[in-house]
Amino acid sequence: MESFNSVFERFGGINLLPAILALIAFVLIGSPSTWVTLTVAGLAMGMMIFLMASGLSLVFGLMDVLNFGHSAFVSFGAFIAASVLAALAAWVAADSVILNLAALFLAIAAAALFGLIAGWAFEKVIIKPVYRDHLRQILITMGALIVAEQIILAIWGGSPISVPRPHFLSGSLIIGDVSIELYRLFAFALGLVAYVALYVILNRTRVGLLVRAGVENREMVEALGFRIDRLFVGVFVLGSALAAIGGAMWAGYETLITAAIGSEMMIIVFIVIIIGGLGSIEGSLLGALMVGLMGNYVAFLAPKMALASNMILMMAILLWRPYGLRPAVK
Amino acid sequence: MSDIAIDTTTDAARGRTGRLIVYAIIGVIGICLFLAPFLFPDVRSQEVAARICIFIVLVASYDLLIGYTGIVSFAHTMFFGLGAYGTAIALKLMGPGWDAILLGGALGLIVSLILAALVGLLSLRVKAIFFAMVTLAAASVMAVMASQFSDFTGGEDGIIYKVPKLFSPATKLLTDEDGKVLRIFGAKANGKMAAYYFVFFGSLVLYLIMLRIVASPLGTVLEAIRENEMRAEALGYRVVLYRTAIFCIAALIAAAAGILRAVWLKYTGPETSLSFAIMIDILLMVVIGGMGTMTGAIIGATLMSLAQFYLKDLMEVASEATAGIPLLPDLLAPDRWLLWLGVLFILLVYFFPAGIVGTLNKKGGHP
Repeated sequence: MESFNSVFERFGGINLLPAILALIAFVLIGSPSTWVTLTVAGLAMGMMIFLMASGLSLVFGLMDVLNFGHSAFVSFGAFIAASVLAALAAWVAADSVILNLAALFLAIAAAALFGLIAGWAFEKVIIKPVYRDHLRQILITMGALIVAEQIILAIWGGSPISVPRPHFLSGSLIIGDVSIELYRLFAFALGLVAYVALYVILNRTRVGLLVRAGVENREMVEALGFRIDRLFVGVFVLGSALAAIGGAMWAGYETLITAAIGSEMMIIVFIVIIIGGLGSIEGSLLGALMVGLMGNYVAFLAPKMALASNMILMMAILLWRPYGLRPAVK
Repeated sequence: MSDIAIDTTTDAARGRTGRLIVYAIIGVIGICLFLAPFLFPDVRSQEVAARICIFIVLVASYDLLIGYTGIVSFAHTMFFGLGAYGTAIALKLMGPGWDAILLGGALGLIVSLILAALVGLLSLRVKAIFFAMVTLAAASVMAVMASQFSDFTGGEDGIIYKVPKLFSPATKLLTDEDGKVLRIFGAKANGKMAAYYFVFFGSLVLYLIMLRIVASPLGTVLEAIRENEMRAEALGYRVVLYRTAIFCIAALIAAAAGILRAVWLKYTGPETSLSFAIMIDILLMVVIGGMGTMTGAIIGATLMSLAQFYLKDLMEVASEATAGIPLLPDLLAPDRWLLWLGVLFILLVYFFPAGIVGTLNKKGGHP
């Protein structure tokens, strides 16, 4: 057992888990082309979930605030992006990649802008009065989530809204007998860019250093004269914008969205940050990839167990590591 | 010095009158519920009365967790639903009979207990906030599974079944000389009345059990954990075990309330027993009534249930009155009542965290 552990750690330890999962699935699925399709779908889904989860995890790590209303940003992002894309229908359907990209960029930018502004307002109005009171935090952010969902219902109505995909992303890439949807590749790439950007900001800049130090020990950083609360607002706003971008991407991925999208994603986001451990983006990425892969494999192997399988994964990981895979806070 | 003395006496006096008001309200609600079949014989009021009885139990059991122990769970409807579905499936498969209720109810209770112990031992070790997330995930997975295994649970449509003959409206409890159902103050002494009193006394027994738990040494330890976890642990109480124990007890009581609900409604579906909307109702009721007070559950459940039935009518009027203005009619439409409840909820948590009973008692509840 000891030697197994040391070998496991030497080859990357818990970072290997998604690969192990993919390997097990490969044996179970049998057909390589199906496996590749599912793996790409899982990775793309994981990256989108990572966008939604990373902000929540950092906010908790930094200020001990858990925002149950986080997924409101996801659903608003999705609906705003859908509206922008619908308004720019001519650009979206056009055969020119530049117009397509412009429409997509505008949709994502609108979602992100909303996330920035609404995140700031949310922090000031909803979160600020209940710092350091977990019980009321949970209750109030839950209430905010209900209100947000109802506002979406009032504005966009209860029937599902279809989201047009830009023309140049609507096809599939075919290599041999493997077909990969272009949109999934795009989602994966965008998620990767966001992860790298976050990683660089957190590990290579002064602000990132302060954030990491704040996660580690808030009082100490405050004692050294830094305004953690201002930093916190920044992280909160950034996290909200990322969630809105994730929602916008998710809307294009699903192509049909309802007001329930927020509460559906919230469950998955929670599972991800519990698996990953609170406060670290590496953990969120690991958790998101595992949940994305697991969801896609199980949806293929045993469709009815898709959501339950993630729950079981979470339970297993909690048994093994009660604080998640890579917690930055305990 | 004397000023302070005067202040405390007036405070104490205010607290005493406050408590008297609370007990008076509880008394009125209790009498109304006890005599409901006679006071409000029409069908809709009966539904409301039975709903209030069941929700008082549900809310009080939730208050054991959130108010007395300070742990937030979102899985309470899961246990409620397990009790209801256990009874419903047994009644459907075995036919109407007491054995089905006993067996199905017992199964529901056992499954609830096992799940509660599992979830509790797994996640109550860590932070309270972790527990909230785990229970939320567990509850939603349960809801999805209930709608997916539709051969067994009826999916989104739910299950319709028959209950024992004693509870069917055609049963005559008492007859007059013509052989017709005896009327007492205009209320028919039929099976519906028997069903109502089954619900009423079932709820009463469960409520009294909870009162006993709260007054017991266990209740005191729970409050100690809520106030200062580290200190309770340092005094030698195994915090995890106590938390898991109260989580299991609350789950059992919620499942029992689910059995009552299943027997009363003769229908069990996601909307009536498993949906997240019910969880939100419970949260609102606890916060409105006052966390950490058993009496708060009665007032909260009664007020919310009444409001739910009459707020929608009010909103319909408001929506029509503002028909010319953009967006406002949409926001005031009866379907959007949850929006206003949500706003109300946020305001309550900000300004009256102690709830009605806590504010009246002037002890301020707990911070």
